[in-house]
Amino acid sequence: MTQLWDFSGGIHPPQNKQQSTRRPLRQAPVPELVVLPLQQHIGEPAEVIVNVGDHVLKGQKVADVTTGMGVPVHASTSGTIEAVEQRPVPHPSGMADWCVVLKPDGEDQWCSLEPVSNYKQMEREQVLQLIREAGISGMGGAGFPTDIKLRPPRDRKVETLIVNGAECEPYITADDITMREQADSVVAGLQVMAWILRPARCVIGIEDNKPEAITAMRAAVEGTQIEIAVVPTKYPSGGEKQLVEILTGLEIPSGGIPADIGVMCQNVGTAVAVSRAVFEGKPLISRIITITGEAVREPGNFEALIGTPITNLLELSGLDVDKLNRLVLGGPMMGYTLTDHSVPIAKTSNCVIAATASELPAPPPEQPCIRCGQCAEVCPMELLPQQLFWYSKSAEFEKAEHLNLFDCIECGACSYVCPSSIPLVQYYRFAKGEIRQQNAEQLKADRARERFEARQARLEREQQEKEQRRQERARAAAEAQEKKKAEAEKAAAKGEAVDERSAKSALVEQALERKKAKTARAPENAEPNNSDKVEKPDIETLEKQLMQAESKLNTMQGMLEEARAQEADNVEKLERAVAKNHDRVKRAKDTLDKAREHLSNEPTAG
Amino acid sequence: MALVQQSSPHAHNARPTSRVMLWVIIATLPGLLAQTLFFGWGNLINVIWCVALALACEAGFLKLRGKPITFFLKDNTAAVTGLLLGLSLPQFAPWWVSAVAVISAIVVAKQLYGGLGSNPFNPAMVGYALVLISFPVAMTTNWAEAAGLFVGAPGFGETLARIFSASQTAVDGWTMATPLDEYKHKIASHTSAEVLQHPTFGETVARGWEWVSLAFLAGGLLLIWLKIITWHIPVAVLGGLAAMSLAFGTNADQYAPLQLHLLAGGTMLGAFFIATDPVSAATSHQGKLIYGASIGVLIYLIRAWGNYPDAVAFSVLLMNFAVPFIDYYTPPRTYGHHKARRGVPGRSGG
Repeated sequence: MTQLWDFSGGIHPPQNKQQSTRRPLRQAPVPELVVLPLQQHIGEPAEVIVNVGDHVLKGQKVADVTTGMGVPVHASTSGTIEAVEQRPVPHPSGMADWCVVLKPDGEDQWCSLEPVSNYKQMEREQVLQLIREAGISGMGGAGFPTDIKLRPPRDRKVETLIVNGAECEPYITADDITMREQADSVVAGLQVMAWILRPARCVIGIEDNKPEAITAMRAAVEGTQIEIAVVPTKYPSGGEKQLVEILTGLEIPSGGIPADIGVMCQNVGTAVAVSRAVFEGKPLISRIITITGEAVREPGNFEALIGTPITNLLELSGLDVDKLNRLVLGGPMMGYTLTDHSVPIAKTSNCVIAATASELPAPPPEQPCIRCGQCAEVCPMELLPQQLFWYSKSAEFEKAEHLNLFDCIECGACSYVCPSSIPLVQYYRFAKGEIRQQNAEQLKADRARERFEARQARLEREQQEKEQRRQERARAAAEAQEKKKAEAEKAAAKGEAVDERSAKSALVEQALERKKAKTARAPENAEPNNSDKVEKPDIETLEKQLMQAESKLNTMQGMLEEARAQEADNVEKLERAVAKNHDRVKRAKDTLDKAREHLSNEPTAG
Repeated sequence: MALVQQSSPHAHNARPTSRVMLWVIIATLPGLLAQTLFFGWGNLINVIWCVALALACEAGFLKLRGKPITFFLKDNTAAVTGLLLGLSLPQFAPWWVSAVAVISAIVVAKQLYGGLGSNPFNPAMVGYALVLISFPVAMTTNWAEAAGLFVGAPGFGETLARIFSASQTAVDGWTMATPLDEYKHKIASHTSAEVLQHPTFGETVARGWEWVSLAFLAGGLLLIWLKIITWHIPVAVLGGLAAMSLAFGTNADQYAPLQLHLLAGGTMLGAFFIATDPVSAATSHQGKLIYGASIGVLIYLIRAWGNYPDAVAFSVLLMNFAVPFIDYYTPPRTYGHHKARRGVPGRSGG
């Protein structure tokens, strides 16, 4: 006997499962039009790889995911691709999304299949690839790509592999019927997954309200190491976190995955799909779906092709349109309402409830919360639903997050029991949405700030570098001047002759040329000045003025160059300043020339 | 017909607030029956008067606030407030005492704070405490003698006339000190055996009172069985009171014995019907235990060393103050978390 644990909270809503288990599994006929949504899994939508007008065979890939996470989509029957267009898809928002529309040719002709007789001789990676190529994603509801789930992180060894056959939600019997009718496939699929993961323990958890399924599964696991765990009926025992706790006594850490505690859960439908992919080579093109509710005369289960419009299945079950009030995809606790019958069934669609107004009546008007605590009593996650409600309603999201809002699994148990008929789950969804949006905006704002700060830092750095270069230039200039002076003094002491004329013409050019050339020529320029100085002190003053003017011009030109390089707005001003300094240098030179001329004439005169 | 669009869950099986309150009313009936059998018609008249007045106040104030009247009256919460006051006030309390209590309970403690679900204090106890402080004589001298309805208690008409008469002349043989009052005031100068000679104590614990208390206990157990209340608060109240009594009051010549504490006052009514008012009580199981035990401790402290012989109202109101604080520090540990996240977000203590 398998040891079982209990999870806290939980409710016992009316089962409403007998209606759909009375009839045997029926095969839904090929519909007149198959609509294959491109996104039936978590991850990136698949990209279409066929063209409109192409003829495809049953099981042929029509779309695949090339980059990112996802699984391919296959043609569920043979026929012609009629369109690739936006169509209503099963989604809570009632939105339209891209679908491949396939016109069946009625032949239902399979493409060539490559079954594997002995998968154990293959590489594990090959089998995982085979599962991916078969388009298998979790069929319990979330639609997570199965091959990725079967590759847990390297440091997470899966010790317990659980097949979730609890099916705790009222009305739904798809897994129940799957286990009754396809028990061997469930076991075979589980064995393939077990071979990939090598867990110490394999267990199939089934609620005790499915005796036929339990019997069938017990017979199927005969002679294997697989355990059948019969768990007490209590909603939501089929929630992944709850089933893990029931079967192992362990809790999945908040924000973590089951593999973190060495556990993995797979749905029974997924196990069947894996078995078919491996042993028959068939991709996931059909599933078992429950059609029930008081608005259909013959509730039951169908093996239907993916892409079959829900209308077809409702008609097969004898829908009374006048009685239909609410159409729910999924169970009455976590499913969502559909407003369009024509949406196709997807890999994750397990149940359609065509409910009458009396069957699922609209809740009475919301009353004030009286803090009765019924919600906390039934919460399987041990949250404080009423506090979360207060904080969600008053938009105190920080407090709601503090009370672990994001651990809420939206099972609906709190809303189910609320005496004030407050739609609690809706409040939590609102709060979660708001927080996610706020976080996204915060992230955006943070990024913008980071970018701004990085730019500021870069500009500052550039400015500093420029300043450094400028200082280096100034120092170099000063050093050069010093050197010049020293050389000039030396030269003067030696009384060397200086070619005044060539120096003068060089000066004129320098005034118009770039700084470097000028500094290079400066010593030649300086020499005569100093040699003059010995002779006449007033020439020395004039030369000093000239030198100052030149040095200023240099600085100005340097600044101008920089300003041009970075397109600063003071370019114009600097240009004027440079021109002005040019004039000044010229004037100083003229004065000097005149003085020299005067000097050179003097001795002649004298 | 357009299909209904609704957020999950689609199934509901709530026991509406009105039915919860109806069950609370039903659960008090054994106690009311016992009160009537032992103490005469006083409580029943009080209950009817208080409930009628409570509904009238609620309706009037809802109208002033522009709220739907029948929608809120149907939730039965005002009726429960009136009922609890009628059950706890002295049997011969004059009509204007109960009127002040009811009006302050419904108008001040409930509606002015925002109506159902928004009141931080237990409305019935606000009303009770107010009249206890304001009219101490009327609130202590009007307790009926446990004569027995068919034995010697005043008849229905007499009782009615007494409650609604303008003059409050005391009628000998109708009223008597409550057991807790008697014990508290006599024990300083007498031995326990002497005190217990007084007819208010009867032959077992306290004549009439013990049966009323047991009847309220039975009603409370019904509420727990119906899952309308959890066991935490009543057990903690009784536990806290018993622990204090056993720790400090074992000397019967000094303090009232435990059985008197449990069965001779408002303890059972308080523990099962008043402290468990969800609106003003703590939320989590741990919080409820702290809240309840603190009420029990306070009841004993006030009874033993305070000025009042009974203390349920004060204890409950004092702990109502502490509820937000208790709630911040007693959240349950959520699945998948190592420990509970206590305290206020953004502060230490997480």
